[in-house]
Amino acid sequence: MVTGPRRTVVRSASGAGQLGDRVLFGLCAAAGLLVAFVLVEIIYQLISNSSTSISRFGLGFLVHQSWNVHLTEFGAAALIYGTLVSSLMALAIAGPLGISIAIYLSMLASPRVRSVVGPLVEMLAAVPSIIYGFWGLIVLVPFIHNIEPGLHSVLGWIPLFGPPQTTGLSLFTGALVLTFMILPIIASLSRDLFLTVPGELKEGAAALGSTQWEVIRGVVLPSTISGVTAAMVLALGRALGEAIALSFIVGDVTKINVNLFAPGATLAERIANQFLGVSTNLQLASLWYLGLVLLVIGLLTSLTARLIARRFDVERSMAKAVMA
Amino acid sequence: MSAGTDLKVDASLFDPTAPLTASGNLRRRDGVDRLIRYGATVAAAIGVAMLVLVIYAVVSKGASVISLGFFVHNPVGLVGGGIAPFLVGTLEVVAIAAVIAVPVGVLTGLYLTEFAGPSSRTGNALKLGLDLMQGLPTIVVGLFVYGLIVVGLQGGKQSGIAASVALAIVILPLMARSAQEVLLLVPGTLREASDALGVSRWRSVLTVILPAATGGIVTGAILAIARAAGETAPILLTDSVFSSNSVSLNPFHGIATIPLYILTIADQAIPEAFAHAWGAAFVLLVMILFANVLARVILARSRAKMGGS
Amino acid sequence: MTVWDPTDSRQGDGPVPGRVRIRTDTPAPTIASRRSEGARINDSRPVVFDIRDMSVYYGSNRALMGTSVKIRRNLVTAVIGPSGCGKSTFIRSLNRMNDSIPSFRLTGQVLYHGHDVYGPGVNRVEVRRRIGMVFQKPNPFPKTIYDNVAWAPRNLGLRSGLDERVERALRQAALWDEVKNRLRTSALGLSGGQQQRLCIARAIAVEPDVLLLDEPASALDPVSTAAIEDLMHSLKNRFTIVIVTHNMQQAARVADQTAFFSLDRVDQVGTLIEFGETEEIFRSPRDTRTRDYVTGQFG
Repeated sequence: MVTGPRRTVVRSASGAGQLGDRVLFGLCAAAGLLVAFVLVEIIYQLISNSSTSISRFGLGFLVHQSWNVHLTEFGAAALIYGTLVSSLMALAIAGPLGISIAIYLSMLASPRVRSVVGPLVEMLAAVPSIIYGFWGLIVLVPFIHNIEPGLHSVLGWIPLFGPPQTTGLSLFTGALVLTFMILPIIASLSRDLFLTVPGELKEGAAALGSTQWEVIRGVVLPSTISGVTAAMVLALGRALGEAIALSFIVGDVTKINVNLFAPGATLAERIANQFLGVSTNLQLASLWYLGLVLLVIGLLTSLTARLIARRFDVERSMAKAVMA
Repeated sequence: MSAGTDLKVDASLFDPTAPLTASGNLRRRDGVDRLIRYGATVAAAIGVAMLVLVIYAVVSKGASVISLGFFVHNPVGLVGGGIAPFLVGTLEVVAIAAVIAVPVGVLTGLYLTEFAGPSSRTGNALKLGLDLMQGLPTIVVGLFVYGLIVVGLQGGKQSGIAASVALAIVILPLMARSAQEVLLLVPGTLREASDALGVSRWRSVLTVILPAATGGIVTGAILAIARAAGETAPILLTDSVFSSNSVSLNPFHGIATIPLYILTIADQAIPEAFAHAWGAAFVLLVMILFANVLARVILARSRAKMGGS
Repeated sequence: MTVWDPTDSRQGDGPVPGRVRIRTDTPAPTIASRRSEGARINDSRPVVFDIRDMSVYYGSNRALMGTSVKIRRNLVTAVIGPSGCGKSTFIRSLNRMNDSIPSFRLTGQVLYHGHDVYGPGVNRVEVRRRIGMVFQKPNPFPKTIYDNVAWAPRNLGLRSGLDERVERALRQAALWDEVKNRLRTSALGLSGGQQQRLCIARAIAVEPDVLLLDEPASALDPVSTAAIEDLMHSLKNRFTIVIVTHNMQQAARVADQTAFFSLDRVDQVGTLIEFGETEEIFRSPRDTRTRDYVTGQFG
């Protein structure tokens, strides 16, 4: 059981003690204020540096599809589309896969296997995005390029799997790389959540003559649903903000295309790819505008995950209180 | 139909004297159960395979250029030599970031555990702020530091310091959270004993609480540093230097780093240089994975020392 | 000879001179009126569990000495004894609930209607479907009251007449009247005693053959305890009941037959000391250790 600190009245023996306490408090408070300062400054920086673009395009920026420096047309629509599509597809794969891994780790694996496989899956999160990007470029893109025609012939009746382009750079491949990156988040958070389900509940369900899957489906999953959802939102947030890994892989083509095998672009990788080579002030401001959109997305996913997780905590502590 | 308390024995749903094999729909349910369990095992195997896939590629393609010279020589253009300046640069940039983020993170954690109670408004606001900071896309952090420091303070010049500040912002929430968690684990009895002896708060923190939390703080710092070493987006906008041909130590100028080295080679798409990029990736990966394993070992040891929790 | 009223619901287990508890609901039957049929009738009932020389090991530690006992149909069999003497281990071994403990090992035979529960080819889920269990601490699912009771029947495919099944189970657990108007509210909003009766309802909703109760009332207040003890009388007509209890008066109140376990003096292994009609165990125990325990001289 974790025993937290007790807030006692501090009676210092000497004035030096009180001074020391004040210094400590001051330092800690300053650290806290620094956090607040950074957040506020970020918002300020992004808004002020994109002001030119905001005043020129307004909110229409978000629905305008083309991004053309020479024609001074800038719009985020294709990038928002690419961001959402690649991230949601990654979530669609990593979600069920991650939960299955979490079920395995928390309820099926022997402790010895769990202590090996668990850290291995967590290591996926430790691999830096530059390595995923490079690996994706050299290994994954050619591989997917080879199998895309096959996939198209089997699934081509779904518009999502249209004819592949020549290069193999596509939102599809981007989504696959994102899957690598977000799978460990979902798997390890879900595993931790499943392990918090009280043993008595699982025992009670088993004692009624249910199979292990029925125990999982009836007791474990329902009582952790909020936490698992929050984990998925966090994973989604990670995917939405990924710049480097995707910068080599999706093709950086500003076009909305239902076909997943076609190249596309995302908000983050567009900033990464164009920022240093920017040629006009409006382009620069528009890139900052993209950053502002990304910031809003990032803040919203964090807030949403928090909201969902908080409700989960409330339910659980209520359950604990009544059962005590 | 009355559903009252029956005293007569109802006809049973099953024959209790039958052998104890699956009756009723149990055979089907057992089949479903077996299928799910098999599927979960396959999923775990896929997860491990994914990691092996990436690591194998990095190791097999990068090992060929690894040699002592790789670590100590300077690069020869893009396609030869070693990665000495990039290695040193990464270490330096990450070290400065740690010097910023670790103390601030520990102080933040201390604020949350020592000064702000569980329902304190400032405490909750700080926790919210840390959560938001953690959720920031790293490219946005890079943009921010570009605007604040590169443009604001250095007139457009990129520098290692700017990269360090950006990395510090990325790892600060992680550091604060792990510091807070490990500070909470310090038993309340230690604090009470110290208070009872009339020791002032700052002295307790310095001499009792922080030492007890050292293992966890060190672990958190190692993990945060490992994370910082691999980040590219924050460095891209603040310190995307490649032109360094020799080891440079001045953080106020641009410092070449390993991630940017790999990025440049990938961007230029020169196949002859790929081997070197793989080698650099190999070094980076080994450093990071080693740090992760080290952190786990230290964590396990310090947990054992505190008698488990 | 001290006057000792076993219907006294005080938690102590020693003789209490001259105290009679006044109950506001149905008066508990005295030992004499309940057991008037006699031991002979009990012993002629069919055997449900024939446990032969069962020993339980956790790793290399022996937790239960070779135990042989017969548990008979439609009787309440109590398992009593001091704490740590293996009562829980014993009862949990009957429906294979100890399997989840990695170092668990069992020798001997647990014959359920002639079939060894630990035999090859035995389906563990089937075992638990026929031999249900209620635990010491109430463990309702975080679902509605209705769904708690209906969950297992749904799994078993008993979807028709579900409402009636739920109502019948709740009535038999003496909980229906208290919850009939809030079946769709969370079970976690019930009191401890109500939650335990809900767990009983949940267990009997699938109509098992046997009900194992592992100290079902030890975490509850006296009023809830009394309510649960009352259930035993009606439930035993439909189920065979084995109940572990550390409260001797409870055993005396509800059980037809009683098994007394204790720790072997030498090895400190849980051992079945004596088994017989509850009346005899308490009035005229054959073993001195039993006598010492039931008269409160230890434990």
